[in-house]
Amino acid sequence: MDKFTTLTGIAAPLPLANVDTDKIIPARFLKTIKRSGLGVHLFDTLRFDAEGRERPEFVLNQEPYRKAEILIAHENFGCGSSREHAPWALLDFGIRCVIAPDFADIFNNNCYKNGILPVRLPRAVCDQLMEDARLGGNARVTVDLARQVVVRPNGEEIGFEIDAFRKHSLLNGLDDIGQTLQHAPQIDGYEARQRQEKSWMPAIAVV
Amino acid sequence: MEKAQPRTLFDKVWDAHVVERLPDGTCVLYIDRHLVHEVTSPQAFEGLRMAGRRVRRPDATIAVADHNIATSDRRAGIKEEDSRIQVETLERNVAEFGVPYFPVLDPRQGIVHIIGPEQGISLPGFTIVCGDSHTSTHGALGALAFGIGTSEVEHVLATQTLLQRPAKNLLARVEGALPPGCTAKDIVLAIIAEIGTAGGTGYVIEYAGSTIRALDMAGRMTVCNMSIEAGARAGMIAPDATTFDYVRGKPFAPKGEALERAIEYWSTLPSDPGAQYDRVVEIDATRLVPMVTWGTSPEAGLPITGVVPDPAGEPDEAKRVQLARMLDYMGLTAGQKLTDLAVDVVFIGSCTNGRIEDIRAAADIARGRHVAPGVRALVVPGSGIVKQQAEAEGLDRVLIEAGFEWREAGCSMCLGMNPDKLTPGQRCASTSNRNFEGRQGPRGRTHLLSPAMAAAAAVTGHLADVRTLV
Ligand code: SF4
Repeated sequence: MDKFTTLTGIAAPLPLANVDTDKIIPARFLKTIKRSGLGVHLFDTLRFDAEGRERPEFVLNQEPYRKAEILIAHENFGCGSSREHAPWALLDFGIRCVIAPDFADIFNNNCYKNGILPVRLPRAVCDQLMEDARLGGNARVTVDLARQVVVRPNGEEIGFEIDAFRKHSLLNGLDDIGQTLQHAPQIDGYEARQRQEKSWMPAIAVV
Repeated sequence: MEKAQPRTLFDKVWDAHVVERLPDGTCVLYIDRHLVHEVTSPQAFEGLRMAGRRVRRPDATIAVADHNIATSDRRAGIKEEDSRIQVETLERNVAEFGVPYFPVLDPRQGIVHIIGPEQGISLPGFTIVCGDSHTSTHGALGALAFGIGTSEVEHVLATQTLLQRPAKNLLARVEGALPPGCTAKDIVLAIIAEIGTAGGTGYVIEYAGSTIRALDMAGRMTVCNMSIEAGARAGMIAPDATTFDYVRGKPFAPKGEALERAIEYWSTLPSDPGAQYDRVVEIDATRLVPMVTWGTSPEAGLPITGVVPDPAGEPDEAKRVQLARMLDYMGLTAGQKLTDLAVDVVFIGSCTNGRIEDIRAAADIARGRHVAPGVRALVVPGSGIVKQQAEAEGLDRVLIEAGFEWREAGCSMCLGMNPDKLTPGQRCASTSNRNFEGRQGPRGRTHLLSPAMAAAAAVTGHLADVRTLV
């Protein structure tokens, strides 16, 4: 996983609430066995018409937002399925940070596992950032994870909250599995206790 | 010694699985059962392979293919190349890593959330995960069951744990006898319409009250299944005699004396009197009317007696725009009666409503009637075992005689990923769980409802109040 430290880039406004994972990437594009290459299908039905032509009115089809690295949206972003293809598609497109009033739970988790930073800010602040973003290419937004601030194009800093554990993992690009395996002795101990206390628990073996 | 705080069902199952608490409150949580399917696992196995890791507990893991496969005769294999590659990849991975697997032609194959409980793999008090958001289904047994992403699938395969923070407790108390024509599906659609698709975010919902107690396990699974549609990661129902009777005799459940010891433990799990919830929602079941969704969000649900809402009445501008967009997508006009909406397709199945009880409910309405002209109606059992049972009861004949298609088990038209899809503009009455844009196929239009209501739509040709047919 790539580290996330500071990001300065173009932000794209997407003033929609309840952007579900089927919108981020429809199910028909989940038939891959790889993580990469999904960016071309990001927001497929919003981006392309039935004949596969770009819809010019969609923000990511416009300059300079084709190069957006930050996405700003409304409430409950990422609701729906657990598909990690949603953050993979965002990442493959080049988006490393999503700013919204709140996020659906599983999507939120999946972002952290892929080096994407979901930033929760109140609706009024998101609306303000969208106004900034509409100024286009000159209006770059900075997201500084170490200091936990979003910096508006006019220099104003807005603080945000994040769990200490997640911040540490993102800043250092740490793999969760590696970190958990440092607790292997405790996991062994738990399993030994479970075998004793829940000896009724069956094992699965398909015959 | 200090007297222990009263705890909820969730608290108890959570506490019993904490391996370690890290300084910031994140827990290493032990996972008892891991269910794996073909769509969200290939990248996880690939990750293991690249890191030289093995599956820590193959004996706590089960794999099955369900999303991609056709529900027509499958003996000739999968036609679509990308789907076939995904299923073959799963078969290669389970062989290489020694993971138990129900092959596509095995009668035990089916939708992952149907077969877990049906086989006794999912049990009360367990932590259960799967790379699929509707894992919440298994909470009906009194388990803590939730969906995870592919990175977390890899994490569980490698460590049999997850890094998690405890959720908040939401109590949904449903009281009173269900009126005729109303089912578990109507309860959960009403709860989601009440609290909204983000109302459960950050919570685990415990469903309780006399209505829930009176539901059979199939109904409880329908309710828990759609917890995720309210934003909650999990739904739970306290295990009781109904649960224990259900578990008894299931192939992978404990037997004899071991089962008695298990039941003794499971009986300690229901929430203590005086346990605190962060939020309580009360539903009066006696006032329910069969529900149907009209929009492209599961919260857009109304009693079937209602009319399509008018966006002009919405004060918040962003919401007004969104409502108008929903009406446009769904091809509806404000004020239209829901019962006037003609359907092209009816889909009865999915992990929400693909159990034998659901097929019986549909067959009861279909018996002696016929699917309306021009309507395509599919009945898709949730598993091969459900299919066998339905055929043993003669339900397949009732349905086929009434003009329904009788299919093989799988996710089918719940999501546009296998040959069962809506074509653009088609309107579908569906017993599944999501009505998002394009969910059942590009530009398809979905109305969520119960199996009996879906069958009523099939035989009348439009959304219909099932109470007029019984
Ligand atoms: S039936 Fe639908 S919701 Fe259930 S697992 Fe399959 S695709 Fe997901």
